[in-house]
Amino acid sequence: MAAHRCNIFMLVFVLCGLTYVFVRADIEDTNHVKDAESVAVDIAPKANIGASLRSTKTEDQTQAAEEERQWEAETNPADAPSDNKADHVHDTMQNLDSRPAPYAKDQTQEAAEEERQWEATEVKEADRVPDTMQTPDVPPLTPAKDQFQEELVIRPLHSGDIYASFQFRTMWDTDFLRGSKVSHYRLFPKSLGQVISKFSVRELHISFTQGYWRTMQWGQPFLPSPPGAELWVWFQDTVTDVDGAWKELTNVLSGIFCASLNFIDSTNTVQPSASFKPLGLGNVTDQRFLRYAVLPREIVCTENLTPWKKLLPCGSKAGLAVLMKSEKLFHSSFHSQALHFRPVCQDWKCKSTVWELRQTLNVVFDLHTSGQGKREWSLFKMFSRTVTEACPLASSSKVYVDVTDNPQGELFELSPTTPLLSQAVVLGDRRTYSVYDLTNQATFGQTRSLNMLLRWRAAESGDMLRPLLHGERYVAGYGLQTGEIHTLMYNNHPYRAFPVLLLDTVPWYLRLYIHTLTVTSKGRDNKPSYIHYQPSKDRLRPHLLEMLVQLPPNSVTEVTMQFERALLKWTEYTPDPNHGFYVGSSVISALVPSVVAMDTNSTRECPLFSSFFPCKEESSYFMRVYTEPLLVNLPTPDFSMPYNVICLTCTVVAVGYGSLYNLLTRTFQVEEPSPGLAKRLANIIRRLRGVPLL
Amino acid sequence: MAAPLTLLLIVAVTIRAVLFRSSLAELIPERVEVVSPLNAWKRVVEGLALLDLGVSPYAGDVFHETPLIIYFFHFVIDYAEIVFMVMGCVFLLQFRKQKYALEAERYPLDCLELIRTPKEMYYIPLKVAMFYLLNPFTILSCVAKSTCGLNNAVIALFILCTVKGSSLMSAIFLALATYQSIYPLTLFAPALLYLLQRLYIPVNWQRSSFWLFTTQYTFMYLGSLCVMVCLSFFLLSSWDFLSSVYGFILSVPDLTPNIGLFWYFFAEMFEHFRLFFICVFQINVFFYTIPLSIKLKEHPIFLIFMQIAIISIFKSYPTVGDIALYMAFLPAWNHLYRFLRNIFLVSVVLLACSALFPVLWHLWIYAGSANSNFYYAITLLFNVAQILLVSDYFYAYLRREHHLTHGLYLKRKDGSEATLVLK
Repeated sequence: MAAHRCNIFMLVFVLCGLTYVFVRADIEDTNHVKDAESVAVDIAPKANIGASLRSTKTEDQTQAAEEERQWEAETNPADAPSDNKADHVHDTMQNLDSRPAPYAKDQTQEAAEEERQWEATEVKEADRVPDTMQTPDVPPLTPAKDQFQEELVIRPLHSGDIYASFQFRTMWDTDFLRGSKVSHYRLFPKSLGQVISKFSVRELHISFTQGYWRTMQWGQPFLPSPPGAELWVWFQDTVTDVDGAWKELTNVLSGIFCASLNFIDSTNTVQPSASFKPLGLGNVTDQRFLRYAVLPREIVCTENLTPWKKLLPCGSKAGLAVLMKSEKLFHSSFHSQALHFRPVCQDWKCKSTVWELRQTLNVVFDLHTSGQGKREWSLFKMFSRTVTEACPLASSSKVYVDVTDNPQGELFELSPTTPLLSQAVVLGDRRTYSVYDLTNQATFGQTRSLNMLLRWRAAESGDMLRPLLHGERYVAGYGLQTGEIHTLMYNNHPYRAFPVLLLDTVPWYLRLYIHTLTVTSKGRDNKPSYIHYQPSKDRLRPHLLEMLVQLPPNSVTEVTMQFERALLKWTEYTPDPNHGFYVGSSVISALVPSVVAMDTNSTRECPLFSSFFPCKEESSYFMRVYTEPLLVNLPTPDFSMPYNVICLTCTVVAVGYGSLYNLLTRTFQVEEPSPGLAKRLANIIRRLRGVPLL
Repeated sequence: MAAPLTLLLIVAVTIRAVLFRSSLAELIPERVEVVSPLNAWKRVVEGLALLDLGVSPYAGDVFHETPLIIYFFHFVIDYAEIVFMVMGCVFLLQFRKQKYALEAERYPLDCLELIRTPKEMYYIPLKVAMFYLLNPFTILSCVAKSTCGLNNAVIALFILCTVKGSSLMSAIFLALATYQSIYPLTLFAPALLYLLQRLYIPVNWQRSSFWLFTTQYTFMYLGSLCVMVCLSFFLLSSWDFLSSVYGFILSVPDLTPNIGLFWYFFAEMFEHFRLFFICVFQINVFFYTIPLSIKLKEHPIFLIFMQIAIISIFKSYPTVGDIALYMAFLPAWNHLYRFLRNIFLVSVVLLACSALFPVLWHLWIYAGSANSNFYYAITLLFNVAQILLVSDYFYAYLRREHHLTHGLYLKRKDGSEATLVLK
């Protein structure tokens, strides 16, 4: 055991060493480039401001005429379950189709064409949507359809922070399931491909997060993730020994990502019955093939980022990945990197499936502290790099900037401006984005590098729509004997109630008492309509509690449950036992009514016929919210005492044994006074002489 | 006799009823001295809740009662507990009347002052009942609704049936007690010895009547045990309860602090010695049965007392309710007082420890100004005191026997006053 651990530490050490070398090289590389870039940055603002001013003017003039803009409708397929998603996209596509054909302006014509084209292919491949467009310019399907797309979404948050979300999508057209050995890897990372085919993985979702996403200040993230490491895997239904495969898989992934995933064992693995359904194709819903584990204590740092970057086709050499400089990425309020692997449809008929690898990286930069009091940001300020080219292997490469709150440009100004706008319904909210297409050389302008700059005009950033669903959790009680876990779920919708699925995984050393479970909303008992409870087994498996609760409109629902803190064996404590033990986040999954649908007194200009009934695409969307992880103290024994305790307790047992042994084996006798020493000596001598004794 | 007994009952019930309705009723069930993972009422309720949810109560590691207990409590309201306590004690009262009347004839005349007068004998049941019902340990355990009271009642019933000479009922209750918590298994030997004595069958390996009765009693015991286990199996249609109840008792996985010796010892134990020491500690409980049975084969009732005391000291999850059970026997041995060597010291230590338990627990768990060693030290002292108490009674009993045969005032050969020593 010790030797094994030693090996792992050695491996980690070596990997860390390599990472360090790599990072050093990176830094030096940047230093060379820096001089050239800083000149570019100096020049860029002046030119860009002028351009943006001009563009705002033109926008004002032509704003009413929608035809002049390239509307790009896009759904966010990551979060929606596949069934709903198909409908969403279908509707979107029809909307698109019903619109009059865009009159493209001369200067943007080419870009527009490409935009349309990309949109069509993207939708067709990602989702099985009957494509009603059928434009002749769709490229014919090629046999091997490995594909790579990259994009970066930047959203200025209402708190003044900046949210940057990278998404990289690699499509892998292969069939490793039917026993055919895959030896040729084009874009898909080989290290991962081999692991996935060896362990017959159907879906794999892994995330490493440092920091906690503050929903109330930042709104919803595109892809939520709990603090620490989260891993959930659906295995193929051909796997017989799921637990064995899971154990091996976690160890392998631990090596690939240089993370402590090897600490995932039966004590923190659960099989949720309803909360984690497959996101890709396939109707396997038998939870026997699902494994879910969270390591809330995992610290995410450079050594996890480097192997993650290496999975990209371009690595961090070209494309958007150039921006990922760990020195900057980890100097942030929130950092989350994730990897999602799932089967998706190859084409709209969905005759065959391809495997999609989606790598995401979400960062929230706190620019109040680092921006010297000025509220402005640029790519260079955030990442200390600028984008100079798209990844040559990428079929699409884009940067989106959320300008929803800034339709007139009164809140902030963005430079350089882009004529491309895109609208998407993300998490039930209709957002507008400025799009920079990196495959188009015009995007980079004269300086051959793209350095977006956003400068705030207004000091106040307006009101943020409160997130409809929000969760909190804390431990109540004092002392080290018992406690109570409180989970608060907020439904901020003014008039719609909706059901949520709450998943709680609590380690065995907090012994939950299910009979103390109370669910109250608005001061009244709110009985869950479904409860799945799996009690813990000491040192074997955690508690699993899943329940379906209806959240009344505009209310707080409180779930409380009492627990008892166990005293562990002294070897089971962590090296810093008085720091406490982490309990993973609870997961709240819900189909939330859309924000857009909620907007009854909309001031937005929209046709009357569309505003009476909330339309289907926006009526509800899937959302997952993670609460805070908990830190719970347990009573501790004195770690310096094992020898003393063994000695003392054994002494007490020996006292019992000794006194009983004494009474059992001896009998009462009248005490005869023993002769003195002189007399005894005399007797010995007398015995030797053969004379009668005294 | 009936009037003071009724009065006692009324007082005892009143105390409990008052405590049930006081604010202490929430505090006491949380005390680790009063409830253990094995018999906490909270865990019984949890087991029932799991059963209502459609989950086997033994799927988790919270519930460790036997299946019969669940189904028993399915039909019984909470306050039935108190009825059971009282019932246990009332039965306990009666069993001593016959026994000591026999002793008087056989011994030398000068020991007359050692023999109890009928008047003393008359009050023994009342004293026993008082010692049990008014013992603060019993009251605490009852207010905490610990199922320990139920086990005590079963053991009391077993003793009553044995003393009355009903071998079938004795075997059934012994089986029930064993089924509840393995340890009463060691009471098999004294029960058998007592019944043999009652039937005037000498313990003689050559006699067929001895073997006949022994096999008869063994069969009754094992048969009823078998019926209970099988009944539990059919109630839940799984054998999970075996590992969850008996495995839990024997392998001590739950290290929640209590007044016993196991919890800290195994929390601090080196992993590769754990199995060895668990075996040693568990054998320790059963080990004394054979030598004690040989030594005390003429005195099975005292043997029962010794066994119960040893169980409650060395069992894996002891509570104060277990201690109360063997302490209830102490008034029955009031004729041994003159031979006790350090009863004062022991009782003072026991009292002090009982007071210090909550204090040091508070310092460790709530105030954070002490650590686990403080509480552990008190458990050690408490157990040493119990061991001294029991061995003192054993010593006194043996010494009285010696005096009964050899006369109270022993003389040396030279005529001077002799002192007795163990050799």
